[in-house]
Formats: sequence, structure tokens, C-alpha cells
Amino acid sequence: MIHEKAIMPFGNTHNNFKLNYKVEDEYPDLSKHNNHMAKALTKELYGKLRDKQTPSGYTLDDVIQTGVDNPGHPFIMTVGCVAGDEESYEVFKDLLDPVISDRHGGYKPTDKHRTDLNYENLKGGDDLDPNYVLSSRVRTGRSIKGFTLPPHNSRGERRIIEKLSVEALTSLDGEFKGKYYPLKSMTDAEQEQLIADHFLFDKPVSPLLTCAGMARDWPDARGIWHNDNKSFLVWVNEEDHLRVISMEKGGNMREVFRRFCVGLKKIEEIFKKHDHGFMWNEHLGYILTCPSNLGTGLRGGVHVKLPKLSTHPKFEEILTRLRLQKRGTGGVDTASVGGVFDISNADRLGSSEVEQVQMVVDGVKLMVEMEKKLEKGEAIDSMIPAQK
Amino acid sequence: MANSFTRVMSGRNTAVMLASIGAGTLASGYLLSDSTAAAERKRLYPPSADFPDLRKHNNCMAAALTPTIYGSLRDKTTPNNWTLDQCIQTGVDNPGHPFIKTVGMVAGDEESYEVFSELFDPVIKDRHNGYDPRTMKHPTDLDASKITSGMFDERYVLSTRVRTGRSIRGLSLPPACTRSERREVERVVVTALAGLKGDLAGRYYSLGEMSDREQQQLIDDHFLFDKPVSPLLTAAGMARDWPDARGIWHNNEKNFLVWINEEDHTRIISMEKGGNMKRVFERFCRGLKQVEHLIQERGWEFMWNERLGYILTCPSNLGTGLRAGVHIRLPLLSRDPRFKKILDNLRLQKRGTGGVDTAATGDTVDISNLDRLGRSEVELVQLVVDGVNYLIECEKRLERGQDIKIPSPIPQFRK
Repeated sequence: MIHEKAIMPFGNTHNNFKLNYKVEDEYPDLSKHNNHMAKALTKELYGKLRDKQTPSGYTLDDVIQTGVDNPGHPFIMTVGCVAGDEESYEVFKDLLDPVISDRHGGYKPTDKHRTDLNYENLKGGDDLDPNYVLSSRVRTGRSIKGFTLPPHNSRGERRIIEKLSVEALTSLDGEFKGKYYPLKSMTDAEQEQLIADHFLFDKPVSPLLTCAGMARDWPDARGIWHNDNKSFLVWVNEEDHLRVISMEKGGNMREVFRRFCVGLKKIEEIFKKHDHGFMWNEHLGYILTCPSNLGTGLRGGVHVKLPKLSTHPKFEEILTRLRLQKRGTGGVDTASVGGVFDISNADRLGSSEVEQVQMVVDGVKLMVEMEKKLEKGEAIDSMIPAQK
Repeated sequence: MANSFTRVMSGRNTAVMLASIGAGTLASGYLLSDSTAAAERKRLYPPSADFPDLRKHNNCMAAALTPTIYGSLRDKTTPNNWTLDQCIQTGVDNPGHPFIKTVGMVAGDEESYEVFSELFDPVIKDRHNGYDPRTMKHPTDLDASKITSGMFDERYVLSTRVRTGRSIRGLSLPPACTRSERREVERVVVTALAGLKGDLAGRYYSLGEMSDREQQQLIDDHFLFDKPVSPLLTAAGMARDWPDARGIWHNNEKNFLVWINEEDHTRIISMEKGGNMKRVFERFCRGLKQVEHLIQERGWEFMWNERLGYILTCPSNLGTGLRAGVHIRLPLLSRDPRFKKILDNLRLQKRGTGGVDTAATGDTVDISNLDRLGRSEVELVQLVVDGVNYLIECEKRLERGQDIKIPSPIPQFRK
């Protein structure tokens, strides 16, 4: 018997069929797992949620597959689940709310998130010492309402997202005038240039992403847009519909943030005109694929030279108190090179964009002072801040 | 009751509400499968919107898939709700290599080969040298007594091995299976294997629970399989939930082993050092028959049909699913420019000693049959026996400074 009831022609479509099997038989073995999903998903909760689907057919097993396939690391707590569409956060809230709370410092299901993209509200930020701060960058993601997200979307949807994004971006002018480079048809020369500019993104190799289905059909409908000044760029259809990045060499985070806010607003206006606003709600802020990026989705950071401070026994403690995190200069999951660290905000949800960038600006300023002190052989204990 | 539901309620918001309160699989399933979401999607995204870009692809699926076929199959599902897009995802994600033509699609269940036959049949024909599943029948023959000259010169042949796969009818295949189905495969097979006696008696090692010592022993014996890293397999979803319900069984004599839930439900392997292909194949057939008998006692059977033989995940393994081969040292012949042509005409292939997609180490190569479908197990093993004996003859002739001949090509199919 041939059934003609596929909704999304891919993904975990045979959920109803799975319900023929008992909960205990389907419940994943999470005994060796260390991620937020594994902590929250009891057998009872699995039983409660497994017969549900979002309107586009995304199921509980779809949400958790990446966390089942990637047990995690004893030291690094990954999220272990993704959303397939905007409604995932509603339909599976019994799982995602505790995950969100755990990941975002106790954020409650009743809490409201503040969005503030008025760059004028930022204090200072134009005076980070360029002898230490090599570059400044702010990124976020945006999802286009009415489409499913990268773990779940079909080729047709992904292509429309690309089309809409390219239309919006190519209509920008002034400092935002630029060009789109589709991944599948860029020339070797263009590719070399984009690599040299540190703009190019690759097919994901991290199993955290591939197990969630985000690399399907690569490189179909993926691409990079950037302005002629090479200070504002947009990734299309990588881990989110759009990743928007503002960056430049040196320490003028204020300018980077201004350009970020102005550019984002312009893009959003164009999308709204075509009845495709961004996914956003009062409780979760901007809706993105990974629950870790909810809220602002913002990572604002610098590449900064801290060879002495980074070897100080209190370095981790200082970062935690400043609500900052360190990464290597290759981005997430890389090591630092030559004492240069990527320092960025740790928070995403529960504070606004301005607040998060303010924390980066103030925190980095303080750490550079500390580094200078350590260079002179002085102690920094009196400078160590209270927990923010 | 479902009918009145669909008439009264419609719209996306209602579907969300019903889905979120978990209001019975029948009602929400009905709604989602009826007018609203599915029809809306079909309207917004006709098959042409989803047709994959295969212009840079070199695999059997990409060669066979036309917009017409895609259009006619995209919205169909097997009874387990498996779709065409799921079958072809691995081929879309892995464009292939100019020199190596991969298959580019997998089956999610036995019915995939029927429901999507419009695409599977030309792919099968392409991969299996013109075998036409619409008109031809596949012969099965596991009578090892028919093999002649099955003892190789052990100065050349270091080891001998025969493998195949078997799928348990009624359970979805590795790309599609749920955790409970996969665990059921493990239960069914491990229970059956526990019934083997004599030289076939053995033990099961679950991948998730084996001790470090057991793991080291299995590695030393060359028995252990790893989580797949090849994107051909991972893009098809076969590594999901690793290592849940995966394991290795082998007999005490360590010459008959079964992999559970790797790329197929089961892979059955008979092997030993030296060149006694006849004995290896005899044990292979005996073991297979006994396992089949043991699962039948409990009401299970293997997936098999007349047109495709044994049903496995990858269309390349249909028919016999059989790869019979040797590790053989051919220092002179392997460097002779005619080596490849000789192998081609004998319908043999060479691989490195690490298996598929590895390089040869030193002078030792892995030689095995190319074909899987359209010839029986006995025919294929005899073909390997005759072919390897021929290669050894060539090597000996080259040692003596004599010339060798390229044999005439073996015809593809029986008349």
C-alpha cells in the first residue's frame, strides 16, 4: 500500500509508526551522556512528548538526535538539541524550557527578554587599546518567519531563503553596498579572496551540526554576502537562515556595533516589507536553531593579546565574573595561538544586545589594564571584579 | 469521528494546538495528512522547487534521477513512512569522485525497492551491469559442495574470507530504523546465534558494554568495527544513536563472525588464514542456513525476493550480498600494466588490505568478486576461485620469466 501523506519529504517522518513500540524500547540510552538535553529528558518526559509533532512534522526524536549521537565531553556541556522550526519551542517546551533554563542561567518560562539595538545606548567602546585588541566583531543570527530551520528545511525552502536574502542584501546601499557569492558557483579566485579575508565558511564537519542534519544538500543555496568595505557580512543558510557579522581590525567596538545595528535594522525592514519578518517573541527573543543562541543570538568579541593574564591562576575566575568566555582564534572549539584569545560575552538570553556588548567593552578594557599591570610586574588582585 | 474533526477544524493554528496537546495520533495525523499542512506545502513547493542540483554529481542515482521521476515519487511514502528524499540524501550530499561511481542512494526498508522502483530499477541496472529487475530473476545457491579447486597455493594466498549481509523482514533498515527496531534486530539475531553449536558455538559482545580488554582482543583479531566515519554512510543516517544495539558475535574458533546493526542488520563473515576457500565457503553456507533456521523457529525470516535476491541497505549489495576474497601476494603481477585488465576480464576487483577505499600495503592486495546480483553464491565463489588460481598462475609464470595472457572476458549474464 502506497501512502501519499508525506509532509516534509525528509527527516524523521515515521513518527506515528514508532508509536507502535513501547516507550522503554524507544527511549535513548543516555547513561553516558553529558549535555543539557540528556539531563532534562527522563523516560517519562520522552513518553509524554513522543507522539507530538510541529505543524511541519518535526518530532521529539528530530529535536534530540544530535544530543543522542554526541554524548558530549566531561568538561564541556553542549546543548544536545535543536529546533526544526519556530513551533518546536512551543510544542516541545516541556523539554526545551528546562534546557533553556539550565543553559541560560536559570531563565524561567515566564521571563521576558529585552531587545535593544540602539547603538547610542552603548557607553564608550571606541577606545580599546589597539596594541592589545587586534580586532573587534559582533555577530548574531536571524531566522525568517514562515520557513523551517536548517535541521529540517527542504531544498525548496532553503532556496527561497537564499533568494529573499539576496534580494534584501543587494538592495542595500551606501556603506552597505555589496555582493553575494553563492558557495556552489564561486570562482577559485573569489574563494581564495574570501578565505584570505577570513569570511569563508565551510561545510560543517562538527558532528554536533551534521547529526542535526544541517549539512544536507551542501552547498545548495548557501552563500556569503559582504559589503565592498569588507566590514559587514552575512552568511546564508549555514547553521541559521542568516548570520550577520560586523567586524574590523582594531578596538573600535563602538563603530562595529553601530554598523551592526544599522545594518540589521535595514535588512529587517526590507524583509518586513515582503511580509517575512524575523522570528521573534517576547519570551525567547530572536528564535534560532540552537537554544544556546536564543535571545540576542549575539556574540560580541575581540581578538586580544593577553599572554600574561591568560596564564594567571585567576584568569578563568575573572572571565566568569565578567560574564565573558574565551575561545581560540579559530572560533568555537579551537585553541589560542600566541597568547591571543577570542573574548566574548557568555550570555545570550535575558539581557539586551546593548547590555551584552557593554559587558564585553567594559570587561576587555579591564583585562587589558590587568595585562599592562602584569607586564610591569604588579599584582592585579585589587582589580579583580565582583560577580556581575 | 476523524471526518467531523477535519470538517470543523482547519488551519495551521489548530494543527499546532492539537499537536501540542498530543490529541491522539489519529486526529493530528489525519489533520496533518489531510488538506491543511500537506496540501499547503505541495502548493508552495512543487517537486521542481525541491529537485536537487546534481550537475556536479557522479553517482548512479544522479545519472538516473530526472525531474519527472522525482515529481512522480517525491510525495510517496513506504508503509513505514520513508520517502524518496531520504533514500537519495546520501547521494545528494556526496557528489562522488570522477573515477569512482558510487551508488548514491539507500533503502530505508524492504518496500523502498517497490515504492521507488522507478528510480531504484535503473540504478540497479546501472550498478549491476545490465541486470534488469523488471524482467530477470536472481538465483540463490548456497550448496558449497559444488565448489571445485577451492584450495589455493598458500605461498601466495595469506587469508580467505566470504561475507554477506542479511536483513530481518518486518524491521526497517539502518538508515531508517528506530531505536526499538534496531534493538529488536539485536535481540532476534543474538537469540538465534546463541543456538549455534559445535564449531559454530560462540559469544556476543555488545559495542556499548564491552570491556577494554575485550575491545583490544577484538581489534587484534581484526574483528572490531567502528562507528562509520564515511560521509556515504553518515549522510544516510546509519550512525544514529551509536553504539546503541550494535555488537559483534563470533564463534570460539574465531572463524565465523556476525556484525549486528552496522551498515546492514547483519553482516555474516567466514574467514581463516591460508587458502582453503572451499572450507571457508562451506562454513559460511552452513552457518547461514543454521541462523536462518533458528530465526524461523521464532517466526522471523530474512528479506528476500525473486527479482532482487537478498534485500540489503545499499543497492550495490543486492542479490547475494556476497563478497568472497583473498589477501594475496602478487609482487610481480600487481606491477604489471596488464593487471587491471586481467582483473576486469575475470570480474574481480582489488582493494587495499584495509577493505574498501584503502590502499594496498606492500605487495599484498585484497582480491574479490565484483558482481553481486544476477549470479548465485556458488557461481560467484567459483568465479573467485578460478580467477585467483589464474592470477597465481600468472605470478608463477612471471617468476619464471614467462609471458602471461589476458584472459577473455567472462560474459555478464546467463542466456
